[in-house]
Amino acid sequence: MPPLPNLPSSVPITWYLMLSAILFTLGVAGFLFRRNIITVFMSIELMLNAVNLSFVTFSYKLKQVDGHIFSFFVMVVAAAEAAVGLAIILTVFKNRQTLQIDDVSSLKN
Amino acid sequence: MDALLFMIFAAIAVVCGISLVIQKHPISSALSLIGVMAALAALYLLLGGEFIAAAQLIVYAGAIMVLFVFVIMLLNAGTEKRGRRMLANYADLPILLLFLGIVAAFIANRMPPTEQVIFGNFKGGTALDIGRALFTTYLLPFEVTSILILIAILGAIVLARKEID
Amino acid sequence: MNFLILTVIKAAVVAFVLLTALAYLQWLERKVLAHIQLRVGPNRVGPHGLLQPLADVVKLITKEDMMPSHVNSFFWFLAPFIAVMFALIPIAVIPFGTELNLPTLDLGPIHLPAIRTAMQLTDLNMGVLFILGISGMGVYAVALAGWSSNNKYSLLGGLRSSAQMISYELPMAMAIATPLLFLNTLSFRGIVDGQAGYFFGFVPKWIIFQGFPFNIISFLLFMVAAFAETNRVPFDLPEAENELVAGFHTEYGSMKFAAFFMAEYCNMVTVSCVATLLYLGGWHPIFPNALGSGFIPAIIFLGFGVISFMHAARPARPFDRITLPVVGVVAFVHAAAFGIGALLVMKPDLAQGSPVLQWVASLANAIMPIVWFTGKVISILFVYIWVRGTLPRFRYDQLMSFAWTFMFPIAVVNLFIVGLYVALFG
Repeated sequence: MPPLPNLPSSVPITWYLMLSAILFTLGVAGFLFRRNIITVFMSIELMLNAVNLSFVTFSYKLKQVDGHIFSFFVMVVAAAEAAVGLAIILTVFKNRQTLQIDDVSSLKN
Repeated sequence: MDALLFMIFAAIAVVCGISLVIQKHPISSALSLIGVMAALAALYLLLGGEFIAAAQLIVYAGAIMVLFVFVIMLLNAGTEKRGRRMLANYADLPILLLFLGIVAAFIANRMPPTEQVIFGNFKGGTALDIGRALFTTYLLPFEVTSILILIAILGAIVLARKEID
Repeated sequence: MNFLILTVIKAAVVAFVLLTALAYLQWLERKVLAHIQLRVGPNRVGPHGLLQPLADVVKLITKEDMMPSHVNSFFWFLAPFIAVMFALIPIAVIPFGTELNLPTLDLGPIHLPAIRTAMQLTDLNMGVLFILGISGMGVYAVALAGWSSNNKYSLLGGLRSSAQMISYELPMAMAIATPLLFLNTLSFRGIVDGQAGYFFGFVPKWIIFQGFPFNIISFLLFMVAAFAETNRVPFDLPEAENELVAGFHTEYGSMKFAAFFMAEYCNMVTVSCVATLLYLGGWHPIFPNALGSGFIPAIIFLGFGVISFMHAARPARPFDRITLPVVGVVAFVHAAAFGIGALLVMKPDLAQGSPVLQWVASLANAIMPIVWFTGKVISILFVYIWVRGTLPRFRYDQLMSFAWTFMFPIAVVNLFIVGLYVALFG
């Protein structure tokens, strides 16, 4: 296969970090703009994933395994969070028949 | 080749991330998130994180997201209603972009731009290395996470059980 | 030889063999089920219905492709693609044999270059984790198909499938961990290499014969979980015909239905390959080569040829008098080929001095492991069909309580004891 013109053979570490920042911002945007509880929850997962990418990238830069361990722990916490969070969502839906965040506001004011 | 792979998977991740935010239906959002996770798994492989890439696929894409899809299907969640404060929320958009700009500037300033990610330069992410670190240096946190998971299971059962009264 | 060309050739061969095997697996299933139920099975297209898979493919391709008006079209189209994709990918990391190592051969006008390649598309350091990850993604196909079909039976099928897959993945992962503790590797090639050799000179060192009885328990747990993961009887709740009218694929027809069908059979093949590699010693023969295990394929072909000639002597149909001797002669040729190969593998010094014989010997060295591997995989596939012909379907609550209150505790205790054993004596 002939080499593609003007394509670098590798990318700087900063690009990975930029990608992580972009994904994190997207997660925050979803968290702020969406009104569905499940989608808001998924935006949180997206943020966690973005942070994981940063951890693994720094692990590459420092040539240490610790970043991988941290993202492993983040995964464990995300699993626990998903179990409890989805149970809460199920309970909310059972009591209110709605998934809109705006409708679950009886503690407001 | 590394650059090409990075471009492809980064593009997939960003497009799926945007799709997660703008799709109306929760199932579409969930599938976009699965796309992001799969692309990230490939990027982990490029960074030398074999085990973490496999864990990403098994735990995140294979288990957590199945739970999400299951709940969305179980509750038969429809498309999202337009929020009442939609316009006010979009006022946050410039702040977000500003935040992104600051982070990007910080990264560009602090990290040496010459350092490249080359596949195969770091091989410390195999299952062997992860296991050794988990069971020596990080033994206490590892045991604590098992208790965390136990508490989460109990919490989920208590929250989701049928009321007995 | 060029690495890229060799890889493309290998991928093409594996894809062709796999897809043909899937079609004939379905023929085998219909035949075996029919004989279990005292029927004849497909016998109209070709001798013994052997061309039935071809006829099925033609029928499915030419059938009208309908889309019901109420489905969510994007996801409805996407689901079969996901199913086939995640069913086919895992084959890439499965090793089928040791290594093909052919020397150059000059036969006057024909010049064959030296070829050296592993009998595997790619060897990953974490092949086991890769297969677990990819096969876990297959559940989305079923869930999406059930949800996007937009009817309550399909939705129930999709829901059942996702709950079932998640539940049975836990005992499956724990069962897989047991042999990994003994073998200390995650690469399939390493796993099979760790099972080479024989106890007392004749009992193979397969995982299932090591660490009695914990690996047998682990093997049984793995097989039960594998039945559930591939949605096969007695765990085929997602597609229960009589309660859910075929569940998640009710609304699918023609090639889309065929895609789900193919994915199911492909998953069966993958799981059988994994069971063979992890527990049954991969391509290692059941008794040592020095005792003549290499001659078993030749003996099987010989017996097949003899039976053909016996039937030709008392023909059931007029044309049997011609066709069966032809089949018999072909079988004898195969028997001779495999016999010569096995002889050359057993006594390498016979091939000294003759480049042709050396070439044949190295070819036989690559083929014999594949024969053993295929034989073991087919035996497990036969068990799949056998179970389908024997057991009734579970009720849904039985299915769940079986996973969580029976299999899961046993898997945990088994893993714990094996861990202790390996830590103390390993």
